[in-house]
Amino acid sequence: MSTTTKQFSEEESQTTASPSKSIILRISRSNPQADTTKSFMEFKVPYEKWTTVLDAILEVKKHLDHSVGVRYSCRQATCGSCGMVINGKPRLACFTKITELNSSVITVEPMNNFPIIRDLAVSFDRMFSTHKKLKPYIIRDDSEITTKTKEFLQTPEEVEKYIQFSNCIKCGLCNSACPTMATDSSFIGPQALAQAYRYIADNRDKGKDERLKIIDEPHGIWRCHFAGSCSVVCPKGVDPAMGIQLLRGYLLGFRS
Amino acid sequence: MNKMRESIIMKVHYGTALGAVALVAVHILFRLTQEFSASLQYESVIANYEFLPYALVLELILVLISIHGFNGLRVILLELKQGRGYEKAVTYGCIAAMAAVIAYGSRTIIMAGLGMT
Repeated sequence: MSTTTKQFSEEESQTTASPSKSIILRISRSNPQADTTKSFMEFKVPYEKWTTVLDAILEVKKHLDHSVGVRYSCRQATCGSCGMVINGKPRLACFTKITELNSSVITVEPMNNFPIIRDLAVSFDRMFSTHKKLKPYIIRDDSEITTKTKEFLQTPEEVEKYIQFSNCIKCGLCNSACPTMATDSSFIGPQALAQAYRYIADNRDKGKDERLKIIDEPHGIWRCHFAGSCSVVCPKGVDPAMGIQLLRGYLLGFRS
Repeated sequence: MNKMRESIIMKVHYGTALGAVALVAVHILFRLTQEFSASLQYESVIANYEFLPYALVLELILVLISIHGFNGLRVILLELKQGRGYEKAVTYGCIAAMAAVIAYGSRTIIMAGLGMT
C-alpha cells in the first residue's frame, strides 16, 4: 500500500474565505480490473464550515487528480449514489460535513461488502438484484385504476406501520455496515429485508406469503445477528434491524 | 425431497434451547437432594442412570443439546463459506454427527441404566 501527497496551489483553491483551514483527504485508490493493489493518495484540501466530503473529493478531482473514481448525483442525500466509508464509518459523502468529523485527516474508502469498480465507486448489481427479488411493489389482483374508489385509502395508523421503511434510497450503507454480509456472500442483506417488511406491513399488499417464502431460506432472514449496525448508519432514519425482527415475528407466528 | 424451511429449523433451534435450559435446571436441582460432593460419587451417579425418570431427563438433555448444538454449528459453517457442494456437505455432515453423538450417548445411558458397566 503506497501513499502520495498533493496539495492545492493558491490560485487553484476555490475556497478563499479562510484558506488557513485545510484537511488532509486520504483517498483510497484501486482498480481491480488492472491489478489488486490498493493505495492511498493524500491531498491537502481547503474547506469551509459548509464543505462536505463530496465537495472536497470533487475539488480534488477538479484541480489535483481528474482520475479519482467517485459516483455522485443529487448532492442532497436523495439519490443514494455517494455512499462510502468515511473515517471508518459508512456514510453519504454529500451528507457528511468535514467539520462534523472533528479530524484533520479524513480517509475515504469504497463501501465494504460491495465489489469495487474503481477507487470509491462500487457495483450495486447484487444489491439491486436482491432488492428486485423481494418484489418491491404492491401485489394484488385488483387495481386502483379500474376500481370505482380510484385509490386504496389507508388510515394514518396503517401508514405509520411502514412509512419509515419507504424512505430507503438504496444507498447500500446498511449492507456495507452489516457484519453478516462481510462473511456470508449469499446473505440477502438488511436493505432488501427492510424493503420486504415495508411491503408486507402495507395493508394494501397481498404478497406477504410470496415474500416470506423468499426470505425464509438458509441465507435469508435467519442469518441476521441483530448487530444493529445497519440502523446506525442509515442516513434516512430507516431502522432495518427493527424491520428484520418484525419480519421474524411473521415467520415465528407472533404476527399475522 | 423438499427442503425443510429455515423458519421451521429455527423454531426447533429455539425450542430445543428453551427445553435444554429447563431440563438442565432440573438436572442441577437434583444435586441439591444430597451433598454436592456425595452426588458426584460413582454409586450416586450410577443410581441416577438406574432411576428411569432421571435417565429419561438425561436422554432428553442429550437429544435437545445435540440438535441445538449441531444446528448452531451448521449455521456458523454456512456463514463461513458458501457454495452448493459445501453447504450440502455441512448440512448432511452435521445431521450425521448429531445422530452419532445421540446414538453413542444413548448407548451409554442405556448401558449404565441396565447395570452393564
